[in-house]
Amino acid sequence: MYTYDEYDQKLVRERAAQFRGQVERRLSGELTENEFKPLRLQNGLYLQLHAYMLRIAIPYGVLSSTQMRKLAEVSRTYDRGYGHFTTRQNLQLNWPKLEDVPKILDELAEVEMHAIQTSGNCIRNITTDPLAGVARDELEDPRPFCEITRQWSTFHPEFAFLPRKFKIAFNASGDNDRAAMKYHDIGVKIVDRDGERGFEIWVGGGMGRTPVISKLIREFLPREHLISYLEAVLRVYNQLGRRDNIYKARIKILVNETGPDEFRRLVEAEWEDTKESSLRLDEAEIERMRGFFSAPDYESLPSSDELLGQIRSGDGALARWARNNVVVHKQPGYSAVTLSLKEPGTPPGDLSDSQMDTVADLADTYSFGEISVTHIQNLVFPHVKTSELESLHADLVALGLATPNIGRINDMICCPGLDFCNLANARSIPIAQEITERFEDIDYQDDLGELALKISGCINACGHHHVGHIGILGIDKRGVEHYQLMLGGSAGDDASIGKILGRSFPAEEIVEAVERVLKTYVDLRESPEEAFLQTFRRVGEDPFRDTLYGDVLYADHSKS
Amino acid sequence: MATCFMQIIRNRKIVDDDFVTVPNDAALPESGNIFVSLERWRSERDRLSARSGKLGVILQNTVDPREIADDLATFDAIAVHFPIYRDGRAFSVARILRQRLGYEREIRAVGNVLRDQILFMERCGFDAYQVADGKSIESALGGFEDLTVTYQDAIDARSVPRQR
Ligand code: SF4
Repeated sequence: MYTYDEYDQKLVRERAAQFRGQVERRLSGELTENEFKPLRLQNGLYLQLHAYMLRIAIPYGVLSSTQMRKLAEVSRTYDRGYGHFTTRQNLQLNWPKLEDVPKILDELAEVEMHAIQTSGNCIRNITTDPLAGVARDELEDPRPFCEITRQWSTFHPEFAFLPRKFKIAFNASGDNDRAAMKYHDIGVKIVDRDGERGFEIWVGGGMGRTPVISKLIREFLPREHLISYLEAVLRVYNQLGRRDNIYKARIKILVNETGPDEFRRLVEAEWEDTKESSLRLDEAEIERMRGFFSAPDYESLPSSDELLGQIRSGDGALARWARNNVVVHKQPGYSAVTLSLKEPGTPPGDLSDSQMDTVADLADTYSFGEISVTHIQNLVFPHVKTSELESLHADLVALGLATPNIGRINDMICCPGLDFCNLANARSIPIAQEITERFEDIDYQDDLGELALKISGCINACGHHHVGHIGILGIDKRGVEHYQLMLGGSAGDDASIGKILGRSFPAEEIVEAVERVLKTYVDLRESPEEAFLQTFRRVGEDPFRDTLYGDVLYADHSKS
Repeated sequence: MATCFMQIIRNRKIVDDDFVTVPNDAALPESGNIFVSLERWRSERDRLSARSGKLGVILQNTVDPREIADDLATFDAIAVHFPIYRDGRAFSVARILRQRLGYEREIRAVGNVLRDQILFMERCGFDAYQVADGKSIESALGGFEDLTVTYQDAIDARSVPRQR
């Protein structure tokens, strides 16, 4: 993984000192709260319902065991003994005190971490595939380009006060996008054309209250122009993005209002003038970055595909876990393992300080000390010897992180909702918990197959409800929490936005409604292999609308 | 009465301001250095060029400086206005002036100019700063020192990748 040199180290230390000064000037009254607010936001510090929330950056989701131990220590010392992994592959602390934040930043700086640009109207944490570097389907590891982009965007003097936040994601795995690239302000897809490696540039995707799938703005960008092209897009956005209405300020609105062709013309005109400037990336810099992400010291082992097949074909807990939570690896003899943070009884994405410590120890034992965070709010051990899966499984069971539900209905994304967030219309965590309990039967979850359920507590869509195969949105109906159900969304390369089929449901009926949708799917699927999204796309929304709102049941389940 | 010289920061030093800003509805002073709005420059171009004293123009941050590329040689200074510190358009305006259009004289930040943005302003091409009313100019000077590591080239080409 990337390791800091003296410059990186100096930068995070200077940032911590700068923020300490800003807090002091705020406390002395030199800065008004209004002036302080964007400064603290650019450092990931929000004012939540009950307290401050600090969002710590985990660049493209990559963590070392040392960093994980520091996060454990910080959660224990300055918070209530847990942290929350987010859909931007970051970590949130929900209860830090303002006066402790400079100390937390100092501690983070010791392990090459920070909270820079995790919030505010600036370029946010760069995200990518949690399997980057180990996925069999990737063209190359995208993280060197993520790191180049991270450095370019960190304290970029021109783009620190954009109309609105700005998110960039990389995908190197073609159709198997695991980074929701098409829902980002800029999505960069690594592609080959005529034997040359370069990028597709997608612009103007996003969730929020107006979900939009991004548009292909450039079909092929040679590698050396990555930064100059990003800079051209950002400059057009900085100058022309709307600042009069916060809900229309994202770049997706600008691209829609100008139209993709005119937007492309503006960007290309800007880029024409800068592409041969000092922003051009030289091959040596790309190679230097690649050096940081070279493979760990793998043992040379024979292929373990057969062994993994054998483990999976058993009928115990290990076999099921190996089927659902383990994927094949580039390197013969190794596998990548997902640790489920969707344990019944804990909010999705939460991890306690002691779990963090043990995860760090296990990463050292099994995965070269490397951990990655997924945007579905789980953790991955990217380099586990297939022959050690059984032993790792036993250790994870003891830790409560071996729930075999990855890609299943209970592997949901859920935002903090009304329990923490002052923008929320409704609670989301309790609904997630009720769903987890209702569908706890893992045989039933496996029978349902691949299913992405996503819950947001308001239209800001932090829980990505628009792109859930099943999405749930909390709304406020005359002072009572209600939930809108939407079906058919997808965050993948086949991106689609979920459809609302009818009226919303009160809290006590929403889980029942989900159950009806599931029954309808099971009745209508052509075979157990046809996943929910495929069935929905094949049969359309009508049968689902009928079951939800027409009291029609397509089969009598008491007889089956 | 105490002196009423305005102070500004120029090239990281506090100096007395040698320009005055002439509102659109005020008469032009006979001599002395002045800033006028772009509209006034456009409507009174001849009179303004004929005066003695330096001439500066004030740009709103919505102006595309490429529109005045041909006039740049007439301006001794250009001020770009920050209506509120968190409106970042002026950063792009300054960079385009410096890098694209090669403007080499003073570019001054005016309006809601605060310590915590001043370093970014400098990196985008500003070299003079009229700090917001009521804010300490000495404190603002500290803003230049807050961060010394720069990861990307802006108008300066001193980013970390080229030092490594
Ligand atoms: S979706 Fe709404 S309720 Fe949920 S975290 Fe975001 S702003 Fe808060």
